[in-house]
Amino acid sequence: MTQTTQKICAGDIRSASRLIRDLEDKRPEARLRLRQLFPHTGRSFIIGITGSPGAGKSTLADALIGELRKRKKTVGVLAVDPSSPFSGGALLGDRVRMLRHAEDEDVFIRSLATRGALGGLAHAAGDAIHVMEAMGKDVILVETVGIGQQELDIIHHAHSIVVVLVPGMGDEIQTMKAGVMEIADVFVINKADRPGAKQLKTELTSLLNASPHGPRDWIPPIVSIGNLYEPESFAKKTAELMDAVAKHHAHLVVSGQLAERTERKAVMEITDALRACILEPVIERLITDGELKKIVGKIQNRETDPYTEAEAIARRFLNTGETP
Amino acid sequence: MPERKIRVMVAKPGLDGHDRGARILARCFRDAGFEVIYTGCHQTPEQVAAAAIQEDVDLVGLSCLSGAHRILFPRVVELLREKNASDITVIGGGIIPEQDFPMLYDAGIQAIFTPGASLDSIVEWVRTHIRGRN
Repeated sequence: MTQTTQKICAGDIRSASRLIRDLEDKRPEARLRLRQLFPHTGRSFIIGITGSPGAGKSTLADALIGELRKRKKTVGVLAVDPSSPFSGGALLGDRVRMLRHAEDEDVFIRSLATRGALGGLAHAAGDAIHVMEAMGKDVILVETVGIGQQELDIIHHAHSIVVVLVPGMGDEIQTMKAGVMEIADVFVINKADRPGAKQLKTELTSLLNASPHGPRDWIPPIVSIGNLYEPESFAKKTAELMDAVAKHHAHLVVSGQLAERTERKAVMEITDALRACILEPVIERLITDGELKKIVGKIQNRETDPYTEAEAIARRFLNTGETP
Repeated sequence: MPERKIRVMVAKPGLDGHDRGARILARCFRDAGFEVIYTGCHQTPEQVAAAAIQEDVDLVGLSCLSGAHRILFPRVVELLREKNASDITVIGGGIIPEQDFPMLYDAGIQAIFTPGASLDSIVEWVRTHIRGRN
């Protein structure tokens, strides 16, 4: 192990944060470091927090950090916000809600920009999770960007997923749709002091009870959380949320589903790695060679079609042993 | 090798809540293609320094309109030094009398922008001065 990886395993924030940066920036040496860290990963409990923009994900993350610290757990937080499709820049503002934990050495909060990823996370999110795992964090909270209905990459990364809903976002039909409503292990009805919260809870309950697949071994609990500015009840509710998530974790372990989820994650990781090792270098090479531009021109003039070209390129790189 | 993305943090230490300027600058950095960590108002220098390290930013932009910059700005630089993070550039802005410039520069603040400074000039300064950090 190099000095850097040793430092990371000892929990050094500076080295860890720098490595995450290198992974985001796709520095070649970063991949090597990650390889060295890999044996030390996979021992943290990963909680995903997802929901629409402004639903209260960061505020709940802040509350959960507080709750986890009370339970003597060390915490890593990845907070993802969108990159601009125009400038490539990003405004990462999730930390604003988590300021009170800034100086706690056992809480490491890192913001990530999506940099073009469309699944609600950043490309480097999986790698960043591994870095935090290697640091020995007991629990890692992963907060997605504000999502719509189907930016669901979080299911490949988290063990337990909290879907945050707020009242007033549509009628019962919305709760029946596929996508985000299916991935929750725990539901939060946030801002539950607002009109429509009771109705949302009724609809959600009836949705969960009317599963066409018969009785399930885990029915996602619904935690209604009201006004943040009524600290006593807010604290009580966030403790309830933490209990619900912990209960789900226990359920995963007992039922054997934890193994299924880690398998799902490993499948995704190798698929992503293949993409990074095969597809991306090929595309990069085609761009630098100017070949891509030529092919694009031919496709525009209808002299060829994308599949013919892609198959020819695949044959060239996969069969000849030529490396991109 | 792909170019590094510039990461900056915009923070307001101290008790001053006038964050319009800091917000405009954060937006402007965003539009310049930087990743901007915005941490809001009312922070201690300790919080600012800890966040800057956790986020591995190239630069911290401090805004202060209350007159407390003489204490708060140098303290952030000092804390970063203590934590072996003196490679993080610190710049300041706000209502800062010219007579305070020398003491702030001496304390390690690398640039000061006051009312009238154009947003372009700030972006340009950042681009020129943090390139080369590995």
